[in-house]
Amino acid sequence: MTIKTFSIGGVHPEENKLTHEAATQVAALPKQAVFPLSQHIGAPAKAVVKKDDKVKVGTLIAEAGGFVSAPIYSSVSGTVFKVDTAIDATGYRKPAVIINVEGDEWEESIDRSDKLELVKDHPELTPEEIVNRVKEAGVTGMGGAGFPTFIKLTPPPTAKAECVIINAVECEPYITADYRLMMEKSDEILVGLELLMKAAKVTKGYIGIETNKPAAIDLLTKKCAEAFCASEYTVEVVPLKQRYPQGGEKQLVDAVISRQVPAPPAIPVNVGAIVQNVGTAFAVYEAVMKHKPLFERYTTVTGKQLAHPGNFLVRMGTPMSMLIDACGGMPEGDNKLLAGGPMMGKALTSVDVPICKGTNSVTILSGDDARRKEPQPCIRCAKCVGACPMGLEPYLLAKLSELKNWERAEHEDIVSCIECGSCQFTCPAHRPLLDNIRLGKATVMGIIRNRNAKK
Amino acid sequence: MDFILIAVMVLGGIGLIAALVLYVCSKKFAVYEDPRIAQVNELLPGANCGGCGFPGCGGMADALVKGADAGSLDGLLCPVGGAETMGRVADLLGMAIANGEPKVAVVRCNGTCELRPRTAEYVGLRTCAAMNACGAGETACGFGCLGCGDCVDACQFDAIHINAETGLPEVDDEKCVACGACVKACPRNIIELRKKGPKNRRVYVRCVNKDKGVVSMKACKVSCIGCSKCVKECAFGAITVTANLSYIDPEKCRLCRKCVKVCPTHAIHETNFPAPKPAPENPVQANNERKEEQA
Repeated sequence: MTIKTFSIGGVHPEENKLTHEAATQVAALPKQAVFPLSQHIGAPAKAVVKKDDKVKVGTLIAEAGGFVSAPIYSSVSGTVFKVDTAIDATGYRKPAVIINVEGDEWEESIDRSDKLELVKDHPELTPEEIVNRVKEAGVTGMGGAGFPTFIKLTPPPTAKAECVIINAVECEPYITADYRLMMEKSDEILVGLELLMKAAKVTKGYIGIETNKPAAIDLLTKKCAEAFCASEYTVEVVPLKQRYPQGGEKQLVDAVISRQVPAPPAIPVNVGAIVQNVGTAFAVYEAVMKHKPLFERYTTVTGKQLAHPGNFLVRMGTPMSMLIDACGGMPEGDNKLLAGGPMMGKALTSVDVPICKGTNSVTILSGDDARRKEPQPCIRCAKCVGACPMGLEPYLLAKLSELKNWERAEHEDIVSCIECGSCQFTCPAHRPLLDNIRLGKATVMGIIRNRNAKK
Repeated sequence: MDFILIAVMVLGGIGLIAALVLYVCSKKFAVYEDPRIAQVNELLPGANCGGCGFPGCGGMADALVKGADAGSLDGLLCPVGGAETMGRVADLLGMAIANGEPKVAVVRCNGTCELRPRTAEYVGLRTCAAMNACGAGETACGFGCLGCGDCVDACQFDAIHINAETGLPEVDDEKCVACGACVKACPRNIIELRKKGPKNRRVYVRCVNKDKGVVSMKACKVSCIGCSKCVKECAFGAITVTANLSYIDPEKCRLCRKCVKVCPTHAIHETNFPAPKPAPENPVQANNERKEEQA
């Protein structure tokens, strides 16, 4: 049997999954928790608490600020210190709610027991009720981008969902949070998947896992056979060949069901697939079955120089510095701190940045590993063209952005770029391809938005 | 002989028909262009810098003629040619001289390498736009100059350069034509076009940091902290503080410089004023010296 993967492009960076076998630890509570109001794609949330308000674990502190938005819940109990600005993963100071932690008192509505709740025991859960609970709990994509989950579950009338694909690929080097979650919470994930399928009104589900996680493939295949043997749902675990960026939605859809998502504004549901991260499936389970809003997540803290890298179940709002200290402290010398993995992670300039809904990893690279080599002239080898998983021509897009030829850049589909960085990774001349393309993409998207606004 | 005659007649006939078609087309589909547009275009500098807000000098000439037909040249100014060119254009179009005060680009950041400590190292593409997209940059100030020189690249008049010592761009008042290219190029909106002022004298806040004082002070020693001391000091109501940042309205400012003295962080900057006379240490002695000199 040939192992599936996506059809064009891709690279294979060194894995460095240092924390594969490190069982998840529960991170200590912070003294002060910081909740940035924009942790998701879309409008920032609106704070509903003010200075000196008392909050518990699971208290709403900010409501959704628009249709594409998500509410934010407190992960700690204590007193609101202030509603001010704080530095977040963008590197800038953004509005945030800051809470001083006192004790650990939870809202009574949250079910804290370990009992596994099954979908068949809850006939009250209609698809609309599931979507509503997911929306109320502030669940967003846990893989990094942070798109509000309830929107994905209610596709536009022009598209029809046919299957749910669980993204358990974790193709970024270093990160192991999803793997640990699968090993430790497999039953909950499968109930989460069932809920997602019920909400999307489909009966077909897939779980895409790369072959570097054989234990997870075996475990989930076994559990799937048990859980779905006598139900209307069919769920298939699909082993995938290791290749970056397989965790990209469009690549995953191509790899699992061999369908290609057209250029934006098309989304996976236009070809019948709803893609959700494993972390999201788990969050959906907790939100719907345990009435637990999204306020904690699995996060990997890793780096070759760290004394004890590990996986953590961490309350959101915890500053990264606390987790780094729990792993043995920041290594000596120059370091590059990333929110996310080394391929797509965001470089940070402060260790005070809090863990947010989308922070799947805190990666620390040594200065020598992270420093770029001097760019050389392009030798027209077209390696970037071969590596691009979207079938674009990165060298051309980079040049067009540099020359500010936005019209041509749009014509060459710059907005299709998923910013995976495969081109820059593979370039033998170390050219800053993605830096240029990203600027060009942002500008062209701005131009398109303006044009659509005028219409 | 016949075939020569036929050839001549056929060719002549084709020529005649083609000429007729061309003539009819040129009359029927003629596009009238105001001859004044070409004349105005002649007078404009031809730099096509876009500083006037139109796509090149041709666009500006078109707008000027349309403006003249509408009865006013208000709001139209060629920053490169200045009052002189505008005067000539106004004469040609038989309009009153469109007045526009000469402006100059000013850089509203004084966070030099010395005053604003570096907190991180950036290794990506060295343009301000790229660095701005990645985060606050190499210092803790999320508003200040990034120093990669996007403004320098945008300037077509060689009027703005990065000072290697301070790491900040400096504008050459003589060369700057206030086309606004650098204003558009700066991803952080640090550069502003301000009135050139009498004898090039200007007073402005050289900071755009909107963080609270506690935060901005940590990032940079000369940031505006929004303390509003300047607002109280100003007798002309020219200064306003919004979002922890002071702004001096050039229309209301009378260049008295009182605000410069009260600013606790030296964020307000004065240019081209004569240096204050050094106060003599001992007035009596100074008087005596002066008398001796006179003698």
